[in-house]
Parts: sequence; structure tokens; C-alpha cells
Amino acid sequence: MSTTTIRPAPVRKSITVKADAAHAFEVFTARIGSWWPRSHSVGSSPQKNVVVEPRAGGRWYEIGDDGSQCNWGKVLAWDPPSRLLLAWQINGDWKYDPSLVTEVEVRFTALADGETRVELEHRNIERFGDKVESMRTAIDSEGGWTAIVKLYAEAAERTA
Amino acid sequence: MADAATAIAALADPTRRQIFERLAAGPRPVGELARGLAVTRPAVSQHLAVLKTAGLVKDQAEGTRRIYEIDPKGLGTIRAWLDQLWDTALLSFKEEAERPKEKRSKEKK
Repeated sequence: MSTTTIRPAPVRKSITVKADAAHAFEVFTARIGSWWPRSHSVGSSPQKNVVVEPRAGGRWYEIGDDGSQCNWGKVLAWDPPSRLLLAWQINGDWKYDPSLVTEVEVRFTALADGETRVELEHRNIERFGDKVESMRTAIDSEGGWTAIVKLYAEAAERTA
Repeated sequence: MADAATAIAALADPTRRQIFERLAAGPRPVGELARGLAVTRPAVSQHLAVLKTAGLVKDQAEGTRRIYEIDPKGLGTIRAWLDQLWDTALLSFKEEAERPKEKRSKEKK
């Protein structure tokens, strides 16, 4: 039996931004190309822009310098300004894989003083399953196991 | 059924984390892993079993010994990757969301 029965907890992140929910939602979606780290790119050509189509059933994808489009996945739910649900269909090799569907849910909660709490949950990560073999190289290039152990330690403390 | 008892939970124990960190340096037999730790060798074996169930380490027989190493296919790896990715992305998002209007480089409407 090669599959594991371990179901890992989702990756959860949250951050508070000094902006109202509508603005935070707009920046997250309509202007994703202005903040998405360029190093995290799927296409063979350098990343020029990232697009989240503003409707459930739409796609999200990147556009390369040469105009080529590379899918990242589908838009599963579109509820501005409070909630966005994306299908993350990129595997550990930074390749679009239509057979892989993991979910990224982003919630925008207005706080009292005009700030917005943005909570992100990346779930179903067990579905990456056996697709992660070549991840070792990717991870090693970003600081190696020492960095991973550190991340583990931090994550463990957060969830303790 | 070890569902929510995740890779992260497995590493919440300080001794297990210590063992895991030692394995980060390369494959090791149980005896060597136990050396210098404040726990008995059977206890180390038990910790290794937990790490193995969590998909973080794997083992193989070498003669009469068992050699343990970090399992690169372990889901812990994917977690660490996503963890790092979203940290970077959200910080960048925050910066952009808080940028004053007149300073935005690319206003897309």
C-alpha cells in the first residue's frame, strides 16, 4: 500500500491589512498580478500578469511575457467582498495538473477600525500525494532541510 | 485512524523534533540517533515509529540494522512548501493593499 491515511491539517494563514474589505478583495483578485511573487510562476516564459476571472466557474491563470496563458485552476466561489474560493491545480513541480484539485479559501472580515482580516486556508493537501517526489530539489534550492525544520518548528508551535 | 494527528502534530514533541533534525543531516541508524539524547533507545524507536506513521521518515534494513531517513515524499514537504509560498504571497499582498492610491504602479480597472 503506497497511499497514506494521514490527512494533514490545512495550511492556514492570516494577515491584517489597513484597508476595507472591498479594497482588500479587489487587490487580492483584480490586482493579483501586482503582488503575486514573480518567482512563483508556472509558465516557461517570464510571468507578466496573473488573472482571476471575476465569477464562479471562471479560471485563474498567469500570462507570460510572450502572451501565453498557463492555467492555475478554477474559481469555485466568488462572493465579494467577503469570500473567494479557488481551485489550486498546480503540483509541486509548478505545473498545472487538471487531475489535481486542492482548495484555497480566502475570507475577508471587516474589523472595527477600517482594517480587514484576511484568512487563507489551503486544504486537501493530501491530494498532492505521490506527486511530490521531485519536491526535494525545489525545497532544497530554497534553503534546504534546515529551513524546513525551522518551518516545522514554527508551525508546530502555532498549532500546539 | 490517524487523521488530524498530522505531520505537524508528530513534530510537536521536542524529542521527536530533535530526532527529525538529526535526520536532516542524513540517514542514520537507531543507535546513532539515540546517542546523546536523554531518552532510551527503545523510546527513540517508538518516536521513529510515530514519525514513520506521519509519513515524515522511512526506514530500510541494512544487515541487522535499520537505517532511517527523511522521506522526501512525505506530506510534510508539501506543507513546508505551501507554508513558505503563502507567507511570501500574503506579505506582498498586504503591501500592495496598503499602498496609497497615487503611488500604485499599475492601476488596472
